[in-house]
Amino acid sequence: MRKAIAVLFLGFIGYYLLSTFLLVPFGVVRVLEGVGLKYLQDGLQQTGAANLVTSIVVNYRGFDTLGEVTVLFLAATGMGALLYSKRPTERARQNASVIVKTGARILFPLIIILGAYVFIHGHLTPGGGFQGGAIIASGFLLMFMSYRTYHVNHVILSRVESSAGSVFVIIGLLGLAYGSSFLANILPLGTANTLFSAGVIPLIYVAVGFKVGAELTALLDTMLQTVK
Amino acid sequence: MDILLIILTVILIAGALNTVRSKDLVAAVISGSVVSLIASIYFYLLQAPDVALTEAAIGVGLSTIIFMITIRRTGRMEE
Repeated sequence: MRKAIAVLFLGFIGYYLLSTFLLVPFGVVRVLEGVGLKYLQDGLQQTGAANLVTSIVVNYRGFDTLGEVTVLFLAATGMGALLYSKRPTERARQNASVIVKTGARILFPLIIILGAYVFIHGHLTPGGGFQGGAIIASGFLLMFMSYRTYHVNHVILSRVESSAGSVFVIIGLLGLAYGSSFLANILPLGTANTLFSAGVIPLIYVAVGFKVGAELTALLDTMLQTVK
Repeated sequence: MDILLIILTVILIAGALNTVRSKDLVAAVISGSVVSLIASIYFYLLQAPDVALTEAAIGVGLSTIIFMITIRRTGRMEE
């Protein structure tokens, strides 16, 4: 009985999915239709960002990005609440070898600089806040793996995280106050393809980069403290 | 170029199948990160460097480590 209902249900969903997809002829390029064409044509003039992906993520769909950042924040908070313990497990892992330790020490600042470059230049080159934050967190991960005693200060990390999140919301509210809508681009757009261009987009991406980097680093440190 | 794409696709599918079927969770996580790596190469070839960067940093780096820590806390073999 249940199987019959399941088959019926699947057939029902499949019929409607298929009839929707059959409306689109197979193999037709639909990029240059509707809203996609509008972004491609007007994106550079309207937002001043040379990287169109960034102009969509931060400007046209900025509210979605705020939601994504909130989801990440909630996930990190929930994980911290689950794994929190007063007395962290003493890490019994051995220190890595001299080669790994020296290499990590040399590579760590370079990785941090790469991450900062990726999110500061988010409106010019591929990348942005999320990518840069993840790169920074992987740099910290390298240090956690190489040095047994390497710890990060969670108070500073949570301050950075919360202030970066607040900056995002405050920029949005300023857009509401001085512009037309939440996250409206209120600063001058400047010359496209230069570092100081695209109005509020780089500011938001720098805030997102700091937030994601701090969140993921704190999360990794919390997790690593629970294993021997 | 075509041969490279065929080889990559075969490795991708084999890695995905191994991720699902393997009883050893460490092997499953490593195959999953191989899938992410090849997916990021594909994203780059399809001219989506943004997505490739995210996939490489999150899929190959951070999520593999998080899975590994979890496996260390629980058990390595699936019953």
